[in-house]
Amino acid sequence: MTEPLIFELSSPGRCACFLPDLDVPEADLPPAEWLRKDLPLPEVGEADVVRHYVRLSQLNYGVDIGMYPLGSCTMKYNPKVNEVACRLPGFAQTHPYQHESTVQGNLALMYELQEMLKEIAGFDAVSLQPAAGAHGELTGILIMRKYLHDQGEVQRNKVLVPDSAHGTNPASTSMSGLQVVEIKSDARGNVDLEDLKAHLDDTVVGLMLTNPNTLGLFDEHVEEICRLVHEAGGLVYADGANLNALLGIAKMGDLGFDVMHFNLHKTFSTPHGGGGPGAGPVGVVAKLAPYLPGPIVEMREGPCEACGSEEGELCFHLVMPERSIGRVKSFYGHFAVMVRAYTYIRMLGAAGLREVSENAVLNANYLRVLIKDTYPVPYDRICMHEFVAEGRIEGAPDVRALDISKRLIDYGFHPPTNYFPLIVPEALMIEPTETESKDTLEAFAYALLKIAEEARTNPQVLHEAPHNAPVRRLDEVRAARQPILRWKPGAGQ
Amino acid sequence: MTYVLNTERERREMLRRIGVEKVEDLFQDVPAEHRFPDLELPPPVSEVEILQELRFLSEQNADLDHYLCFLGAGAYRHYIPSVVDHILSRSEFYTAYTPYQPEISQGTLQAIFEYQTMICELTGMEVSNASHYDGATAMAEAVIMALNVARLKRKKVVLAPSIHPEYREVVRTYTQGMNLTIVGDEDPRGDLAALKGLVDGETACLIVQVPDFFGRIPSLAVLRELADAVHGAGGLFVVSVDPISLGLLTPPGEYGADIVTGEGQALGAPLNFGGPYLGFFACREEYVRRMAGRLVGQTVDAEGRRGFVLTLSTREQHIRREKATSNICTNQGLVALGAAVYLATLGKHGLRRVAELCYHRAHYAAQRIAALPGYSLLDDQPFFKEFVVRCPRPAREINEDLLDLGIIGGFEVGNVCPGLDDCLMFCVTEVNSRDEIDELVEALEEVGS
Amino acid sequence: MSIKVDPTCRYTETHEWVRVEGDVAWAGITDYAQQQLSDIVYVELPEVGASFGQKEVFAVVESVKAASDCYMPIGGEILETNGALEDAPELVNQDPYGKGWFIKFRPTDLGELDALMDPAAYEKFAQEALEKGGH
Repeated sequence: MTEPLIFELSSPGRCACFLPDLDVPEADLPPAEWLRKDLPLPEVGEADVVRHYVRLSQLNYGVDIGMYPLGSCTMKYNPKVNEVACRLPGFAQTHPYQHESTVQGNLALMYELQEMLKEIAGFDAVSLQPAAGAHGELTGILIMRKYLHDQGEVQRNKVLVPDSAHGTNPASTSMSGLQVVEIKSDARGNVDLEDLKAHLDDTVVGLMLTNPNTLGLFDEHVEEICRLVHEAGGLVYADGANLNALLGIAKMGDLGFDVMHFNLHKTFSTPHGGGGPGAGPVGVVAKLAPYLPGPIVEMREGPCEACGSEEGELCFHLVMPERSIGRVKSFYGHFAVMVRAYTYIRMLGAAGLREVSENAVLNANYLRVLIKDTYPVPYDRICMHEFVAEGRIEGAPDVRALDISKRLIDYGFHPPTNYFPLIVPEALMIEPTETESKDTLEAFAYALLKIAEEARTNPQVLHEAPHNAPVRRLDEVRAARQPILRWKPGAGQ
Repeated sequence: MTYVLNTERERREMLRRIGVEKVEDLFQDVPAEHRFPDLELPPPVSEVEILQELRFLSEQNADLDHYLCFLGAGAYRHYIPSVVDHILSRSEFYTAYTPYQPEISQGTLQAIFEYQTMICELTGMEVSNASHYDGATAMAEAVIMALNVARLKRKKVVLAPSIHPEYREVVRTYTQGMNLTIVGDEDPRGDLAALKGLVDGETACLIVQVPDFFGRIPSLAVLRELADAVHGAGGLFVVSVDPISLGLLTPPGEYGADIVTGEGQALGAPLNFGGPYLGFFACREEYVRRMAGRLVGQTVDAEGRRGFVLTLSTREQHIRREKATSNICTNQGLVALGAAVYLATLGKHGLRRVAELCYHRAHYAAQRIAALPGYSLLDDQPFFKEFVVRCPRPAREINEDLLDLGIIGGFEVGNVCPGLDDCLMFCVTEVNSRDEIDELVEALEEVGS
Repeated sequence: MSIKVDPTCRYTETHEWVRVEGDVAWAGITDYAQQQLSDIVYVELPEVGASFGQKEVFAVVESVKAASDCYMPIGGEILETNGALEDAPELVNQDPYGKGWFIKFRPTDLGELDALMDPAAYEKFAQEALEKGGH
């Protein structure tokens, strides 16, 4: 089942878009050398376009089709009201450079979202500008670095990163011009306190910590860790990717963190889009607030010269924090994603958010106990919203996490995250989220147990899986050895 | 409102199976004094109520369905064919995850492969990635790539002053920890040709924007000279482009670009008050392993069928970690898909037509405005769809008066160029009809006196 | 799974080999290393003329899902790199001690060889590594 490329459907002369006639005199075009000779884009009709993309979409799996138990991705259900909200023309048809007096609705929404995120995670200030989690991480590290350097601590040039951390953590650190120092985890899956202490000195900017961590475990020493880092003069960054376990359960700010990024496309239900767009707002404690990227939204009480608001009226304006690290992208951030997250938080309220985390953690633990006798879970504790199991089956030494994952596809499920975190061999990181039902969890567990049986009796079925997907297993070695990264005219099938 | 499916009875069964009495028991690892804080948030509302509230809030804005608009400066109102949102609303596209399991993600993967191809065709480059966050961060990543190509031995970046001011800021933000020397853009109205003198053996890259921030199309001869200068010194030539202009103008691949970046919002993404937008990024094949961002490649499956996968992943953060080409993970997948649908829909002739409509209408507007008493064009260079006008009164006041007449006017150039507080930059696209332009001209005449 | 060892080489604990012939030397990765990496898709080689000290990273070898640094077995200046690996990285899998060579270089100090393992010692070392954790 393959769909031709749009270029292969092209037929000279076909057109899908009809534009108005030119209703003004033609001006002289630029000199000939500036005019392009050819524009090799497809020529297709509207029905061609629609059929092509609809057929392509049918080759995809999405959360609207079934469960996506991807650890640390929080693939929860995407509410449809969010899609209506962000498309309201009053929001969608506004230009970022319009006078602030003409976009008070947008600025009010952004301000309220800033406030709600502050409250949820216990921080004093928020910037909504970063475009994704990794972008938020880069932002957070730059804030920490600039703050400390402004204090005269320019010798601080290292960031401590646990060995269980997501790859974006060390990558973001490098991009900030700082060195990465890896810290080991202990036997219970926490940050190893002795290893941490051994590396804390006055050359450290701080520690990046994901809590709960990528093993799905709440660090048993999180307050101690923050205290130790602060004592050494450093700051603590919270990777908020796993916030789905903590809504109404604990505030990162209360636990001692100084900076955190949120993932609106994880915790706050905005859709993943096949690879974005997401949004990665950053929250900070008061002393770091001047360093946030901007502009951010400030609320004022009238009379206000800037927008003409009157006595007692509230108005909203964009301001650049005084010691800002600078803009991290153009304009103000992913506004349409903010509208979705705002809608979600308003509809759930405090009680609804707490219910999210309670059920996320309940679902993960339920799934854990259903499969742990067959798939070893190395850290034998109550987990949070996700857990890691080993994709190794007794009696089937040649079967690996990859094979189990590919066979899950045949059972109608998207596989969990594979081979991460690096500290668990053949890792399967499983996060069901709160929007899956008990029935679905049991069906998933059942599939995993059937696969374990197949692994013992008929492993070849796993090695050659998937059998029921639109394509069979793809040759990734060939794709890397002989990269073909675009279609070329004259290219065969 | 809840999206949780578990009933009370199901929860009890699950708790029993787990071996705890109540849900609170699952959170014993959270320090007691910080457990279960109250969240002071507005009380929850239903779908009916939130939509009423949001409609009201959105109507506090002056939106472009109700106002004429001649504002550009990096975000553009172009026509978006109905097909685009229709496709982007397919569940299988927008609720899908990153295509790490290619067998069930061929829709996303093939669509991005097609997008990569189209960006290459548009820009005249050999390889494109799957997107960056926006034009500004794409430019910052181009700088980082140029530094990597120079194996971190060069520390100088030359920026044209006529690059969008926010883009230049973002380049500085991204590189603030890297000890770089960034020069060339001290005077936003400075001359492009002067940049040649700043290029030397320390230069990792020289970056220009075409058309520039003020809408001008530079001399091709000057661009070629700059390309030669930076190549001669062993650095890279980076060009940031308006993709709509590429419907008409020679692509940067033909005048020496090594990397082409730009803002793809004009390709089918709504204005959305600044985001989410689309950073496109393309380069020469020899640099592909230094390129950041996701890449989709073609391959075959176990039965010999053509298929697509994410490839050259060892550049990326999930494998290379601190040595990755970038930290980028989630990018702008759905917006890139929208751009592909847009380009497929407009096609070979449509994009050219859009570019021509923008060009001719902008020139008509410029000519009519320049003929008004007190108004004049600031530059006499060729331009594409934007141009700067010197006004008889402060630009801010003109805009305020235009607003009263139902028109969102131009960009106040004084905000980025000291001393040009009487200048407005107008943008005209295929969406501004002749009637709209005439209305603007009449309004300007009225408020100019 | 058997591990091949070349009798004319000496070996590092990070699974590189070096073979000295007069005043030049050759280096690459061992059979154990290529087995662990499985299908190699790309090798990033250094520039001719570059110099590296013993244990410095001089190359990166990539499979689909991993990238591994390669460390100089002994220090030296690069004279030649194996251009064949550009189009055929699988040579490293097929013939790691022969056609899959990475660099030809001029060693700075042959005394550094003393720190390396001889073929028998390395075979034992790699075998133990295999039993402990390799697939």
